[in-house]
Amino acid sequence: MAATIKLEIVTPEAKIFSDDVDMVTLTGGEGEMGILPQHMPLMTQLVAGEIVAQKGKETIFICVGDGFVQVTGDRVAILTDMAINADNIDEARAEEALRRAEARLAEKISDEEAARVQAALAHATMQLKIKRRRG
Amino acid sequence: MPSTRDIRRRIRSVKNTAQITKAMQMVAAAKMRKAQQAALAGRPYAALMNEVLARAAARTVAFKHPLLEMRPVRKRAVILVSTDRGLCGALNSNLFREAVKFNQSNAVFITAGRKAAQFAARVRRPLAAEFTYQDTPQFGEARAISKFAQDLFLKGEVDAVDILFTNFISTLTQQPKVAPFLPIGKIAAVRAGHSGAPEPEPLSPTVTTDVFEFEPDEITVLGALLPHSLSFRIYQILLEARASEHSARMVAMKNATDNAQQLIKGLTLEYNKLRQSNITKELLEIATAQMAVG
Repeated sequence: MAATIKLEIVTPEAKIFSDDVDMVTLTGGEGEMGILPQHMPLMTQLVAGEIVAQKGKETIFICVGDGFVQVTGDRVAILTDMAINADNIDEARAEEALRRAEARLAEKISDEEAARVQAALAHATMQLKIKRRRG
Repeated sequence: MPSTRDIRRRIRSVKNTAQITKAMQMVAAAKMRKAQQAALAGRPYAALMNEVLARAAARTVAFKHPLLEMRPVRKRAVILVSTDRGLCGALNSNLFREAVKFNQSNAVFITAGRKAAQFAARVRRPLAAEFTYQDTPQFGEARAISKFAQDLFLKGEVDAVDILFTNFISTLTQQPKVAPFLPIGKIAAVRAGHSGAPEPEPLSPTVTTDVFEFEPDEITVLGALLPHSLSFRIYQILLEARASEHSARMVAMKNATDNAQQLIKGLTLEYNKLRQSNITKELLEIATAQMAVG
């Protein structure tokens, strides 16, 4: 039996993460769950938040947006619209993005654009939240 | 027999053309790099999405969703993805050659890109909607197209949707490709047969036997996943189309520049010959005149 599980995190822009880890903790459609190797096949929605991966003694934090999770026995596949390693979050940039998004929302914009700005806003807020909690 | 002045004028005009095509080539090359990167970066996501869908579809036999419904095809829609501008070689003509193969009586077009709309108008095919997309395609634009196609399908106005686009293979090769879009029931059959993305490895038999658990339930999860995956497919296709366009344009412009250079070379040779023969003629005349006088 495999002692590790492969975690793959992919966004439309790039493959953010792909490595064998011991355990993955993520926020699913019905709350937080921890996934160990040999977990039963599962599909769920991913709620924006933090993914914590345990690899040996190392703990990896990754900030993600909304998306989908598919767990098969030896792999966790995560499709999301945004993912960034928590260590790489740039607080200043996130704050800047937050301000820009808020300013855009105050203007008159189409629904389509509003949805995009809302998403950007959510991403920036999430990044800041995680950064602040850890920093 | 053209005079030296005519040839000089032609050389100048060809030189100007070469300069313009050279500039366009440079611009296209820069854009191409960006577009290719974007298209390639999206492929892992597309591949994983297809794989996830195929796995889920393989295991949820009982699952019913309006987007999966197979109906006898009486009317179909074709999403035609073209470029906005010309001067990109045979890219659009190749695409449209595929497009005219669709049965005229039962196919309506949904176009993305200005050339596709012009094509539909020119050949008088029914046009359901006309979409545009930017030089760097936005996900929102893809969602709008996919939403429109889904609505048509769900309302029963069409029974199948295909998508026709230019698949990016390499800088030198781009291929028009038809892929089924709706109903999704077909996706499991073609699996990742989409846009150059690598085929997923065949699922091992031990894995395929177990059943998926869905949280909260499969209706909610797949209900959210299916529309999203469709939008994403369109998005990836737009990226591929853009990458193809810029690659094709760069190659076309490079050929144009090369041809112009060759033309200039030939004309210069002709010009020099003519000039030389004129000088010889003049010398001859002077010599004859001298002899006549002396």
